Amino acid sequence: MILGVSIYEILTVTTLLFFIGIYGFITRKNLISILLSVELILNAVAINFVVINKYLYPDMLQGVYFSVFIIAVAAAETALAISIIINLYRLVTSVEVKATETMKF
Amino acid sequence: MVVFAIASVTSRMILRSVVYLLFVLCAIAGFYFLIDYNYLAAIQLTVYAGGIIVLFIFSVLLIHHIESKLEVASLGRRILVGLASLVGAGLTLSVIWAHPFTVAENSARSTEVRDIGTGMLSYGDGGYILPFEVISILLLAAMIGAIIVAKGTRLTIKD
Repeated sequence: MILGVSIYEILTVTTLLFFIGIYGFITRKNLISILLSVELILNAVAINFVVINKYLYPDMLQGVYFSVFIIAVAAAETALAISIIINLYRLVTSVEVKATETMKF
Repeated sequence: MVVFAIASVTSRMILRSVVYLLFVLCAIAGFYFLIDYNYLAAIQLTVYAGGIIVLFIFSVLLIHHIESKLEVASLGRRILVGLASLVGAGLTLSVIWAHPFTVAENSARSTEVRDIGTGMLSYGDGGYILPFEVISILLLAAMIGAIIVAKGTRLTIKD
């Protein structure tokens, strides 16, 4: 644990990060910005796993494994989403949400 | 960290918001260093700050004009979503602060990369060999899928 920092303060910071991500996810109109907000949300969750592992069960490593898997899945998801966005831009020359009204191409 | 996160979701220049996200990710890596998980901090720095941010910047440069500003949602919608997020954050925080965590005493032993590696590759009790293999297949599939999707129609025409 970090000296002088309680678990409540860290969980407060990660909760704030999570809801800032949700705010951006709903209000943004651009696909890349939405993806950026998703990264914020995923990072907040990964910190939660690590913090609860370290503060409550410091002899185990389960939270670390879950964080590693979250990071790997997030990397795969981001690569796929960016390739889809680039393909979409080639088709409709826009990355705004309102321009992508059909799933079929 | 929170200030940069807010700046990242409210900035109107997309390249600036990507750079703010980079600051947030570096702060999270510093947090992992503080909590004595050096391996996770290294992963965070290489994968997020090194890989994903570069991917974002490339796609932004490919797609956008840098000087163009983002379209923002209407003011009423922003206020509504902000209020909903605040209510959700308040609810979660009240639950967290009301819950008595039994914090374990500080164990002197610091985590080594060797422990993480043996735990991840052991197929005994509590081993993580199966998710490890599944995640490697998933990464391979995502890589091939990304290549095929980004190639677009050219592949299907050639068939």
